[in-house]
Amino acid sequence: MKVLVPVKRVIDYNVKARVKADGSGVDLANVKMSMNPFGEIAVEEAVRLKEKGVVSEIVVVSIGPTQAQETIRTALAMGADRGILIQTDETVEPLSVAKLLKAVVAEEGPDMAILGKQAIDDDANQTGQMLAALLDWPQGTFASKLEINDGKAIVTREIDGGLQTLEVELPAVITTDLRLNEPRYASLPNIMKAKRKPIDMKTPDDYAVALEIHLEQIKVSEPPQRKAGVIVESVAELVDKLKNEAGVI
Amino acid sequence: MAILVVAEHDNANLSDATHKTVTAAAKIGGDIDILIAGHNAGDVASGAAEIDGVRAVLHADGETLAKQLAEAMQALIVPLMDGYEAVLTPATTNGKNFLPRVAAALNVMQISEIIAVEAADTFVRPIYAGNAMQTVKSKDATKVITVRPTAFAAAKTGGNATVKSIDAPAGPFKSAFVSEELTQSDRPELTAAKIVISGGRGMGSGENFAMIERIADKLGAAVGASRAAVDAGFVPNDYQVGQTGKVVAPALYIAVGISGAIQHLAGMKDSKVIVAINKDEDAPIFQVADYGLVADLFKALPELEAAL
Repeated sequence: MKVLVPVKRVIDYNVKARVKADGSGVDLANVKMSMNPFGEIAVEEAVRLKEKGVVSEIVVVSIGPTQAQETIRTALAMGADRGILIQTDETVEPLSVAKLLKAVVAEEGPDMAILGKQAIDDDANQTGQMLAALLDWPQGTFASKLEINDGKAIVTREIDGGLQTLEVELPAVITTDLRLNEPRYASLPNIMKAKRKPIDMKTPDDYAVALEIHLEQIKVSEPPQRKAGVIVESVAELVDKLKNEAGVI
Repeated sequence: MAILVVAEHDNANLSDATHKTVTAAAKIGGDIDILIAGHNAGDVASGAAEIDGVRAVLHADGETLAKQLAEAMQALIVPLMDGYEAVLTPATTNGKNFLPRVAAALNVMQISEIIAVEAADTFVRPIYAGNAMQTVKSKDATKVITVRPTAFAAAKTGGNATVKSIDAPAGPFKSAFVSEELTQSDRPELTAAKIVISGGRGMGSGENFAMIERIADKLGAAVGASRAAVDAGFVPNDYQVGQTGKVVAPALYIAVGISGAIQHLAGMKDSKVIVAINKDEDAPIFQVADYGLVADLFKALPELEAAL
């Protein structure tokens, strides 16, 4: 079976986001960019399914600037077969992403789309669910375990009280949570091999999707800072402060 | 303007997150109805009818809604939206699962995890793991919103709204519930607890969490953990406090052996009083703590237990 893995190029996980002084957004100039960590988990899961012989082809798709090719190359080096870059410098909201991905699904005919549960930049956590709704596919979100069996996906999901297991008919959308797997580092030979794997260059126009803006960003501001507190010398002092100063115990 | 609040519940108990979402809905302004989607959830519906400021409770009861699976929730909510200009639900794993489907079906953008209502169409939400706050204005005629419960006070009870039964969607749907492993605990629920005590990688092992649990029981507190402690297998995933885990805002948060990674801070920095116990005096957790104790937790925890 064929799997589509959408990935997003975002600020690197280890870089602290800094708000621009004019409130227009987060400063991304000269900041290290990487694949969204939840997307890496999605790529890894698809590659593992291919290694098990369940999946025959992995198509990676990214939507964004020309540099998102590097993100696709990373996925190809991990083991994906080919890439599609839908190139745009515009803001692409999750709903537009879902519409573009729906068009890619129509063209590619995958049995499953595996993607990260959320991107660590906008933290929207909605693209996978929206794609599933637009395709009228079932979904297994926040997956911590995935098995494919007899045309169905058995998905264990991380929910507030613990874990929940669902059986969803394929084709389906799966979104990944942190504990699904630990993504591999691409080996040097695989990085070299990835350079020869094909990436199709597309634009949103190729899929006849207009990038509408539904949410107008008014401003981006710093979160409120907490005041630094005091260092206490002993457990006894701590308990005293909590009882008599803060009054919380 | 009419607003629909989709309740969070487990068919037996109405979650406090629902009351908080009603407060967010009231800030938008308009007639507020609550939707109870469940199976044998009559008590939950009567409970919701008592929330102040609620016009009506819509109660859909059926097997297809027993676990509020996303496909069935979409089929239930989308047709109802003819009568509403906004739909809100708590940003729990449940709400995050089904509400984006509703937004896509309505061709609108969901406004995820709002922490403030600036106007009926303008909202504040955290981005970049809480390192920035984004104010957005929705141009959509229908607003589809998930609400971070800890950012709003719970609506009071004392109301007496009417409960109307509505049909549950018939199905079949392409997903089915198989099983559930819920963490059993007599302690309060993490997101609703007045006191939370969390352990990090510094705890060293799952067994050592017993030290934290004993203190939790003395304080009537919930037990949480950092992502590092969960990833190390010390405790189950639903203990995780942080941007990708649970967001908590108790009156007292005690962080033990937690260095204070950005993603953890995003999940607890709205707590009223924060205590940090860590042997590394340079740990970032001390920058947000009201009271810091630089100490070996294996000495400090037994002392703390004895002092309470």
